[in-house]
Amino acid sequence: MDHAATTFMKPEVLAAMAPYFSRYFGNPSSFYRFARESRKGVEEARGAVGAALGASTDEIFFTAGGSEADNWAIKGVALANRERGDHIITSAIEHHAVLHTCEWLEKQGFSVTYLPVDEFGRVDPGDVEDAITDKTILVSVMMANNEIGTVQPVAEIGKVAHDHGVLFHTDAVQAIGAVPIDVDAMGIDLLSLSGHKFYGPKGTGALYIRRGTRVENLVHGGGQERGRRAGTENVPGIVGLGRAIALATADIEGHNRRIAGMRDRLVRGVLDAIPDARANGHPTERLANNANFSFRYVEGESILLLLDARGICASTGSACSSGSSEPSHVLLAIGLSHEEAHGSLRLTLGDANTEEDVDHLLEVLPDVIGRLRQISPLTPISARMPEAD
Amino acid sequence: MYTEKVMEEITNPQNVGEIADADAVGEVGSPACGDIMRIYLKVEGDRITDARFRTFGCGAAIASSSMATRMIRGMSLAEAWAVSNADVVEALGALPLAKVHCSVLARDAIRAAINDCRTRRGLEPWEVRSSGCDGETGHGPGPENG
Ligand SMILES: Cc1ncc(COP(=O)(O)O)c(C=O)c1O
Ligand code: FES
Repeated sequence: MDHAATTFMKPEVLAAMAPYFSRYFGNPSSFYRFARESRKGVEEARGAVGAALGASTDEIFFTAGGSEADNWAIKGVALANRERGDHIITSAIEHHAVLHTCEWLEKQGFSVTYLPVDEFGRVDPGDVEDAITDKTILVSVMMANNEIGTVQPVAEIGKVAHDHGVLFHTDAVQAIGAVPIDVDAMGIDLLSLSGHKFYGPKGTGALYIRRGTRVENLVHGGGQERGRRAGTENVPGIVGLGRAIALATADIEGHNRRIAGMRDRLVRGVLDAIPDARANGHPTERLANNANFSFRYVEGESILLLLDARGICASTGSACSSGSSEPSHVLLAIGLSHEEAHGSLRLTLGDANTEEDVDHLLEVLPDVIGRLRQISPLTPISARMPEAD
Repeated sequence: MYTEKVMEEITNPQNVGEIADADAVGEVGSPACGDIMRIYLKVEGDRITDARFRTFGCGAAIASSSMATRMIRGMSLAEAWAVSNADVVEALGALPLAKVHCSVLARDAIRAAINDCRTRRGLEPWEVRSSGCDGETGHGPGPENG
C-alpha cells in the first residue's frame, strides 16, 4: 500500500519495451535505416505523452525522471529569464526536487517565496497573486501532493500567473492517471512527470515546455531532444513511459472510482477502529488513492516495521524513518505538531490492491497501533489496555 | 534495514511497562528526534531486581530499551552504569549506523534512572557527560509531550 513511492510495471509496458533492448537497439540519432525503429518508438511515446496532457508532440522532452524535469523547469526558467526578474514563487509542501532546487537558486542570488498552505494542504490562489511582484518570473506549485494527496487549484493558480505575465510550472508527478490534465485549460507552461509513478519504468520522465517558453538547457552535450536535452535516449524506457501513460490516462474516472471506493472504506475503517487518530489532507480535493493518518502517542517508523512484519508496505513522515532530524515538512506545513507528524502513516493504493488488502489492513493496523501505544510513555492510561505481566 | 534479531526485539519487546513502586525512574528525550525513553528500576541494596521501560520512538529505540532492560536486570548499579551503548548494540547484534544514537538513548535512560536512585538515597549523582540524538542528555519530558 505504498504506490505513491513507486508502482510495479504493467506487463503490457514491459512487453512494449522488450524489443527495444536488443532487437531495435539502434541509436535514434543514427542515419541508417536500422535506427529508424528506435526513432519511431521514441516519437510514438512522445505522441502518447502529448496526448495525455493536451499538448503538442514537439512540446514534450524526455528526461531521466521527475527530479530532472523539476530541476530543468525551475533552473531553466530562472536562468533564461534572469534579466526580467529574479523572484520565484512556490509552496511550502513541494517535493524536495522542487524545494532543494529553489534553495539552490537562492544561493545563486534568486529570491524565493514559499507560500503557506491551509490545514488541508491547499495553496490559496489569492496568496499567489499577493506574492507576485514585477520581479516574479515563475510560479511553481505541484498538482497533487505526494504525502497527503491534496490536489491544488492548478487552473486558478495558472490563471493568476498568466494574468501577471508570469510562467507557471507544475510538478504533476503524482497526478498522472489520477487528475485529468489539459495544459491549455489549466494555464500550465511547464509540467513534470515521472514514469515509475504510473506503472512505467523507473528513471524515466518528461518535461512539457509550452512552445515559445524561454528555458535554458540543463544537460549540455549532443543534439538529442531537438537540441534541448543532451544524451542518447533511453529508448526502452521512453517506449515504456509512452505505453504506461496511455494506459494510465485511458479511463481516469473509472480508475479513480474503483480506487477511491477502497480508500474511503479504509479511511472510515481506520478512524472507526482507532481512537486518537486523524486523517490528514483535504477531505475531497485529494488523490483517489491516498490516505494519510496521524496516530497520537506512537512513532511512524515503528508502525511501518510492525506492518511490514505482517506483510503491509507503507510510508511515514516521521523523521526517525528518514534519518533526518525534522519530520515531514508537509505535515508541519498543514499545522501538525511534531508528535502528530512523527505518528503519521501514509497508505497509497494502486492497481495491485484489492478489497482483501483493505480487510487485511483493517485487521492488522488497530492491533499494531494498540501494541505501540502499550509501549509508549505518551499514551494516557485511559487509552491503554490493562498491563499484562 | 534491521536484522532479524532486532526485528524480533521490536515485535516482541520484553519488560514493557511501569513499576508502580519503582525505586528510580530515568527519562531521556531527544528534541531533535522527538523520541522519549523512560526506564523504571526496582533496586534492592545495590542490585537491580527489576527493570521496565516505556518508549516513544523508532524500532531501534524500542529494541534498545527492551535489550537494555534485559541486560541490567540482576546487575549492581555500578555494573549497570558501565553498560555502554556499544554493549547494547552488541547484544542486539547490529544496528544501522543512522540508528546507533537510539542505543545511546537507552544508555542515557539507564544512567538517568541510576542517578535518580542515588539522589533519592541522598547520594551525589554520578557524573553524566553523554549525548543523545542531538548531543545532549535531558531529564524532563521530551519535546512534544502534548
Ligand atoms: C511529487 C513528486 N515530485 C518528484 C518526484 C521525483 O521523481 P523521480 O523519482 O522520478 O525523480 C516524486 C517522486 O517521489 C514526487 O512524488
Ligand atoms: S528514535 Fe528517532 S531515530 Fe530512533
